[in-house]
Amino acid sequence: MQNPSVTGGFLDAARDSAIAFRAALDAMARPGKISEVSGAVPPAPLSVAAGTLLLTLCDPETPVWLGGAFANDAVVAWLRFHTGASVVSNRKEAMFALGTWVDLFPIHDFPIGTPEYPDRSATLIVERKTLDAAGITLTGPGIKTTAALSLPDIEAFQNNAGLFPLGLDFFFTSGSRVAALPRTTKLES
Amino acid sequence: MSTEYNFAYLDEQTKRMIRRALLKGVAIPGYQVPFASREMPMPYGWGTGGVQVTAACLKPDDTLKVIDQGADDTTNAVSIRKFFEKTAAVAVSEKTEESTVIQTRHRIPEQDLTEDQILVYQVPIPEPLRFLEPRETETRKMHALEEYGLMHVKLYEDIARHGRIATSYAYPVKVEGRYVMDPSPIPKFDNPKMEMAALQLFGAGREQRIYAVPPYTKVVSLDFEDHPFEKGGAPQACGLCDAHDAYLDEVIMDDAGTRMFVCSDTDYCRMRREAGHIGEMGVPLAEDAA
Repeated sequence: MQNPSVTGGFLDAARDSAIAFRAALDAMARPGKISEVSGAVPPAPLSVAAGTLLLTLCDPETPVWLGGAFANDAVVAWLRFHTGASVVSNRKEAMFALGTWVDLFPIHDFPIGTPEYPDRSATLIVERKTLDAAGITLTGPGIKTTAALSLPDIEAFQNNAGLFPLGLDFFFTSGSRVAALPRTTKLES
Repeated sequence: MSTEYNFAYLDEQTKRMIRRALLKGVAIPGYQVPFASREMPMPYGWGTGGVQVTAACLKPDDTLKVIDQGADDTTNAVSIRKFFEKTAAVAVSEKTEESTVIQTRHRIPEQDLTEDQILVYQVPIPEPLRFLEPRETETRKMHALEEYGLMHVKLYEDIARHGRIATSYAYPVKVEGRYVMDPSPIPKFDNPKMEMAALQLFGAGREQRIYAVPPYTKVVSLDFEDHPFEKGGAPQACGLCDAHDAYLDEVIMDDAGTRMFVCSDTDYCRMRREAGHIGEMGVPLAEDAA
């Protein structure tokens, strides 16, 4: 029988990751915009979108923190086989962190960068049951007038935006859907 | 397509590294993200930064346009376009409206770009403060502290010496009220276009920096209340297509010093000539071809 951790990767790594990256880039450049990504068939409870983001962005240079039910053996083995990324238990070492909002909260232990290097900050991938272009109103770079996104919190993201140019950046994933929230976005309920 | 190359030339780990830098660049508009720039099969100064950013962004169904000073048919533009035709097998075009990714050296196309397009700039010196302060450790601190007084001193010295701000290209901008950024050596005529619907990505290969301006981001050209920013531009119209709103190149025609002004954006000029606009020194497009 085939080891399940070796399956479920990209069939064509170069092209699949190129297509997935453009969706991720588009999402980050247009906060609130929901895009579709696919290619990965990750073990439960990882969504297709979260699995695809991990395969697209992670490698041996990016320590990954897994929260709650995502820190299971199947996910860890799959992530290690396909990306070579190390899984860390210390939030301060993470470049990527993945989990539900409950798993990830409170978020202030993840690295937010330094004044000289604000890019040295973690990117959080938040798994959601649903993802809708409704709810909290978003304004800022990448948004023409306003956008809306169903977010699990508002205060934490407002506090994060207040740290600018430091801060965390977020992807939200649900099934094969992805949206993003960079630190520049201002939020209103 | 040649099967000897990985898609878009670069190896996957390099692309991931560039892609992570691009995402952080987009999240921190105007901030220069360091990246491990690779050797490319072309010399530094020929757009290796832009090429690496384009390589990390391209997907198989993209249509790529490459311009050098506005022109699609110059050596640099032609060779970069061929490079990606060979290594990524993407479609290429000279038409601005057909393209999904546009790599540019020193110009922004005259036509408004759309939300479905990405503009990739080739950048020689990404640090706007570099000629004022040569030490990277210092300029990094200045950005961290938002200490941009020196840049205003430079513009003020322009005024003291020339009576006006004489900087005409690579004119510094402030992005979203925070980082002062070098827009690459585009003419200041193009600065107002930077508040656009398309995503703008900047790659500096030799200096190993990537930065970005997301769509609809505030981009303000630095100036003074009593010396407001002026985009300038030639008073003439294009000699071929009669455009009054375009950035023009001056071309010397003979030893007697006869000169002509033509659109620097060759695609825009072609489009206008096809639409029947004829400039003072121009002829209808059909006659020209014959």
